[in-house]
Amino acid sequence: MKEDKIFHPRANKYLRTEMLPTAFCPGCGCGTVLNGFLQALDELKLDPKELVFVTGIGCSSWIPSPYFKGDTLHTTHGRPIAFATGVKVMKPDMKVIVIAGDGDIAGIGGNHLIHAARRNIDISVFMVNNWNYGMTGGQVSPTTPFGVRTGTTPYGSAEHQLEAAEVVAAAGANYVARWTTYHVFPMVKAMQEALRVKGFSFVEIIAQCPVSYGKMVKMRRGSDFLKLYKEKSVKVEKARQMSDEELEGKIVVGKLKERKRTEFVSTLRQINERFRQELAN
Amino acid sequence: MGDEAAAYGALYAGCNFFAGYPITPASEIAEVMARELPRSDGYYVQMEDEISSISAIIGAVWAGGKAMTATSGPGFSLMQENIGYAIMTETPCVLVNVQRSGPSTGQATKPAQGDVLQARWGTHGDHEIIALSPSSVQETFSLTIEAFNLSEKYRTLVILLMDGEIGHLRENITFPPLEEITLQERKTGPADAPSFGGAAVPPMSTFGQGRFVHVTGSTHKENGMRDVSTQSVHQELVTRLCGKIRDARGEIWRIEEDYMPGAKVGVLTYGATARPAKGAVLEARRQGTAVDFLRLISIWPFPEEAVRKLADRVDVILVPEMNLGQISREVERFTSKPVLPISRIGGVIHRVEEIKDEIIANG
Amino acid sequence: MITINEELCKGCEICTDFCPKKVLASSNTINKKGYYLPAATHKDKCTGCRLCELMCPELAILISKE
Ligand SMILES: Cc1ncc(C[n+]2csc(CCOP(=O)(O)OP(=O)(O)O)c2C)c(N)n1
Ligand code: SF4
Ligand code: SF4
Ligand code: SF4
Ligand SMILES: [Mg+2]
Repeated sequence: MKEDKIFHPRANKYLRTEMLPTAFCPGCGCGTVLNGFLQALDELKLDPKELVFVTGIGCSSWIPSPYFKGDTLHTTHGRPIAFATGVKVMKPDMKVIVIAGDGDIAGIGGNHLIHAARRNIDISVFMVNNWNYGMTGGQVSPTTPFGVRTGTTPYGSAEHQLEAAEVVAAAGANYVARWTTYHVFPMVKAMQEALRVKGFSFVEIIAQCPVSYGKMVKMRRGSDFLKLYKEKSVKVEKARQMSDEELEGKIVVGKLKERKRTEFVSTLRQINERFRQELAN
Repeated sequence: MGDEAAAYGALYAGCNFFAGYPITPASEIAEVMARELPRSDGYYVQMEDEISSISAIIGAVWAGGKAMTATSGPGFSLMQENIGYAIMTETPCVLVNVQRSGPSTGQATKPAQGDVLQARWGTHGDHEIIALSPSSVQETFSLTIEAFNLSEKYRTLVILLMDGEIGHLRENITFPPLEEITLQERKTGPADAPSFGGAAVPPMSTFGQGRFVHVTGSTHKENGMRDVSTQSVHQELVTRLCGKIRDARGEIWRIEEDYMPGAKVGVLTYGATARPAKGAVLEARRQGTAVDFLRLISIWPFPEEAVRKLADRVDVILVPEMNLGQISREVERFTSKPVLPISRIGGVIHRVEEIKDEIIANG
Repeated sequence: MITINEELCKGCEICTDFCPKKVLASSNTINKKGYYLPAATHKDKCTGCRLCELMCPELAILISKE
């Protein structure tokens, strides 16, 4: 695509514009996350040379790769947080950003998620939760709602949905939020907060997959999902007053956790500093 | 201990990042690295499993580090997918596998050489691999440094294929003075030089240089951008990745030969097994049997030329190894003469006697 | 001003469905890829809130000062 056709002034700074238009299906929430993230970076005025994008396998993993400028490590399915750990330890001054899907981050990579949050390593993870394995054509994922028929739950899913953001909060992350692609302005704000926090930050973005998932629940337009998100969302402050029964089927949005635990890499650096001083003395 | 020698070899080679997960008989490598790395401004991270360990070291290398991980059988199995990732993305790094008795948890504390073919073919897809196998503690030290050097020279993951016997073996070693150690520098290039093509081993741009490096395990063009639909792009990439090692095999091969005139029998061996095998060869010679001795130090790429040469000299090749016949099969591919495996499993290393008896019986 | 990039738009109608002022509506114009493009039919009502710009999955809308 020719540069003059990309008229978002911020696009030229942060995107590999020659890769546009995106490969996403029409109405896919991945594009809205891309759009919002671009806005977040632009408002924070981050230098793309200081960004490292680490991603996995899935449609959502295509948000950073190939579209965002910045050093990019497109890894294997489920492992971006583990790769990002090595990157961050060796390059603590760069912003290490993981953007990937619910299957990648919370399913196959769930253990890495928990332990990175526990270490509280300074990585920002943006989990695009489309309630299914989109890229492989729509199979049940750890975040698929109970009872939904998918390619591999033809009689309705017998499994319950994982509330990944709550798990990450319990595991020790310094910042946790959840929004949806309907809530673009608070989503962008949460992305910025996550990028600013020192320590592990996690933003879960509920995002529509109108094709792989949509075909199974007969919601084929992106807007069908956005309307559902609008209807089902409850702000976290209000949700705290509600019972588990009342919260069934709801999407709790907002900032779920903020704390100031010591960050992992800076602790490692302090240990090394101690040895450096011992040597100097 | 061999494990400690591997750790010190890595430190001498300039390794500044290690990620691992404890497993017998490789844990001592992690313990030494955890203790020593912070003293030389390096980093040790104990990950949640072996998959994340190999992931983290690859990440560390792209962030400019020199990195290693160490494991044993079960962990080696878990690492297979990302071994392929390191090969496909041309990430120089070192993986130590201190082989133990399998399959599965097998005899967790006992040595074996059962992962020789897994090291060659464990990850999916066409690929070439470099694997080195030490037979002593001193050699573990030097081969770890060589593993790092080869990984940089050919921009690929290198496996140090130890066995539990060497890993836990105690013998004296001398550390050479630092200035006697030659290290292979990472190949770098100007900002516009492609990191994934244009040369058999392309120069490597790493993160933080402002070059917007794009690294992917999917099929990619010279500039690193994904192209998974063009047949020629895949063919060129994978052919180059295999070719850069196959074509350099003469430089990578490392062997120890000890031949004598008139030998009708040859012993081909590697790793810990080379120790009783060498003893058996010397003993057989003392008792009057002429016998050739070939030790493979580099196992992959397979030193086929040396094997052909041995096969030309003798009538029969004996292959003692701590598995039910893995390298012996590979030897068969390069000779029509009889190849007799002397297999030993169960966690006990061969006795000199049993190998010597076979030599004399065939000599 | 509302600008719509015809090459990037995939006709998903998110912008037309969610513009709070119903400024945007689907049109009969098709782009090269066969997607129906939105059109700003009530420009005067636009508050410049940028909701459409940020919700668009294709970076195909730009709201700018006149
Ligand atoms: C180890 C491994 N297992 C399975 C796959 C196949 N696979 C590719 S994408 C994917 C699911 C992706 O789901 P998610 O992470 O939610 O991303 P989405 O496509 O929904 O955005 C799977 C299972 C793979 N690439 N690697
Ligand atoms: S399959 Fe779903 S998630 Fe993937 S691009 Fe299409 S709509 Fe988006
Ligand atoms: S939201 Fe964007 S892609 Fe969708 S119809 Fe509107 S302009 Fe086109
Ligand atoms: S800026 Fe707001 S009011 Fe104007 S067209 Fe977009 S959504 Fe509608
Ligand atoms: Mg998904």
